[in-house]
Amino acid sequence: MKIVVTVKQIPDPNAPQKLTSDNRLDRGGEAVLDPGDEYGVEAGLKLKEAHGGEVVLVSMGPAKAADAIRKGLSMGADRAIHVSDDSLAGADALLTAQILAAAIKPENPDLVICGTESTDGSTGMVPPMLAELLGMPQATFAKQVEVKGDKVSVHRQTNEGYEVVEAQAPALVTVTAGVGEPRYASLKGIMAARSKEVKKVELSALGIEKGSPAESVEGVADAETRKAGEVIEDDGNAAERILAFLVQVKAV
Amino acid sequence: MDFELSPEQKQVRDLCREFAQEVVAPAAAELDREHRFGYDIVRQMGDLGLFGLGFPEDAGGAGGDFLSYCIAVEEISRADAGVGITLEAAVSLGATPIQEFGTKEQKECWLPDLLAGRKLWAFGLTEPGAGSDAAGTRTRAQPEDGEWVINGSKQFITNSGTEISAGVTVTALTGKREGARGEISAFLVPTGTPGYTVEPSYRKLGWHSSDTHPLTFEDCHVPAGNLLGKQGAGYRQFLHTLAGGRVAIAALSVGLAQACLDAAVTYAKERQQFGKPIASFQAIQFKLADMAMEVELARMITYRAAIAYSDRGSVEFRKLASMAKLFASETSKRAADQAVQIHGGYGFIEDYPVARYWRDVKINEIGEGTSEVQRMLIARELGI
Repeated sequence: MKIVVTVKQIPDPNAPQKLTSDNRLDRGGEAVLDPGDEYGVEAGLKLKEAHGGEVVLVSMGPAKAADAIRKGLSMGADRAIHVSDDSLAGADALLTAQILAAAIKPENPDLVICGTESTDGSTGMVPPMLAELLGMPQATFAKQVEVKGDKVSVHRQTNEGYEVVEAQAPALVTVTAGVGEPRYASLKGIMAARSKEVKKVELSALGIEKGSPAESVEGVADAETRKAGEVIEDDGNAAERILAFLVQVKAV
Repeated sequence: MDFELSPEQKQVRDLCREFAQEVVAPAAAELDREHRFGYDIVRQMGDLGLFGLGFPEDAGGAGGDFLSYCIAVEEISRADAGVGITLEAAVSLGATPIQEFGTKEQKECWLPDLLAGRKLWAFGLTEPGAGSDAAGTRTRAQPEDGEWVINGSKQFITNSGTEISAGVTVTALTGKREGARGEISAFLVPTGTPGYTVEPSYRKLGWHSSDTHPLTFEDCHVPAGNLLGKQGAGYRQFLHTLAGGRVAIAALSVGLAQACLDAAVTYAKERQQFGKPIASFQAIQFKLADMAMEVELARMITYRAAIAYSDRGSVEFRKLASMAKLFASETSKRAADQAVQIHGGYGFIEDYPVARYWRDVKINEIGEGTSEVQRMLIARELGI
């Protein structure tokens, strides 16, 4: 089976994040493969190990995003498609989904795997849009993905537990950290990635007209800082007061 | 001149750093305290591909370059120098001579397990009476009915006595030559060969997580096919082996020096005296600045020597290897000394890792060519 995994390079989440003057994320510093996408790669590689086939990474990003793609290839993905075009800087969710769809379509994959949302933008809109544009059913928040014949079955994480959702392949799934710890890229994998194909694609080759953005950022404000909680000092009846508080917030 | 690492070299560094800090560093204090060899860590290093990193793919390796391997040694040693020397000795002294001088049969027999880290191979050169003067070897090998019979003893042999030690390459006299120096050849002696005894381990000052033993050979018979390379090639072989090993020991030293700097910076920011962190005092800042500068210089010449090693035509390699080994080992010694000094009384007790660094660091100036020998070699390159 052919599995496409979408991957994105993002600013190192462990470093402080800055915005540029036009309210876009500053992408000038250290950059990494989105940790959320590492789960996607892991899920894809597990399915390949079980069913055979190939794992193709698809990414949209600047030239330096090649480092993130290389990491995925080092983990074991077979090849990659990298859509890179300077005019795509700052692309919104819809344009991103259109670009990814145009790059993925010719591959005719049996399964497309995405992270639930990117760790930098965190809109979570690209995967559903992508499924729509590819005309595929989507199953989101999967903590387990199985393929049985031409059906894709996932355990969809919910607040209470999980739902079992089945879809007809080809399908798109978004995966959570529940799919399992991403493997280390082995040293052999790092060296082998040198000779794996990374196909560079420019915007003009995809036949997409870049229209006006569907989203724009009107302003940015700091999130409200959490107020200090109430400190209960034990004067003999602390337990009752804590219990009363828990009852009040309906925690018990 | 390009001072940037390649994308693969950066990935090797990041991966080894992550593995070393998550897996090797947390176990280091306990292995040190209990003088215990970290079998589980070595197995995981094997799974990661560390032992085969610098070997060609057709030999079962990853096809990385020598600098990538040195970076791996540096990062592992930054977490635990005892584990670092286990890797360095297994690769530079154990597997590399078999890869470079071995026959097809010898390589096929031993390398798959060695490059996967399932087995370790040792290198027996030093003897009770032959250290810096390696040509003073007394161990003898005599031909007898199509076999070689080895008699003698070796000192300070890393990786020779673990449960996964597969054997040792020993240098031995195989005849007399014109002049003072005897003819030296190298032999592969598998663990368990009758007459080959691994003696009880030493009580070492540091490197407690590494495995080191004296070895004795009493009428130890090995087949003719266990001669490594040509008869009489031993001297040239070990000079080559030691030159590569020197760069790897330089990398080990850089890793340990970096660990000293890391620990000292962290502590200096935390430790309060006279109402402020000691890092705010110039006396401490100057120490840290000097440490950082020396670590960076040591890393530079080590990487330079590693690149020269890969470039087989480099006439400067031997000189650079000695300079890197000398400068990096002495840098690590000074860094460990200052790290303990900055920790004050806490540096003298084992609750902080710097006490272990201080014990581990001294051997860097001794193993695989003492500082005195390196200075001698550098002077020789000056034509004196």
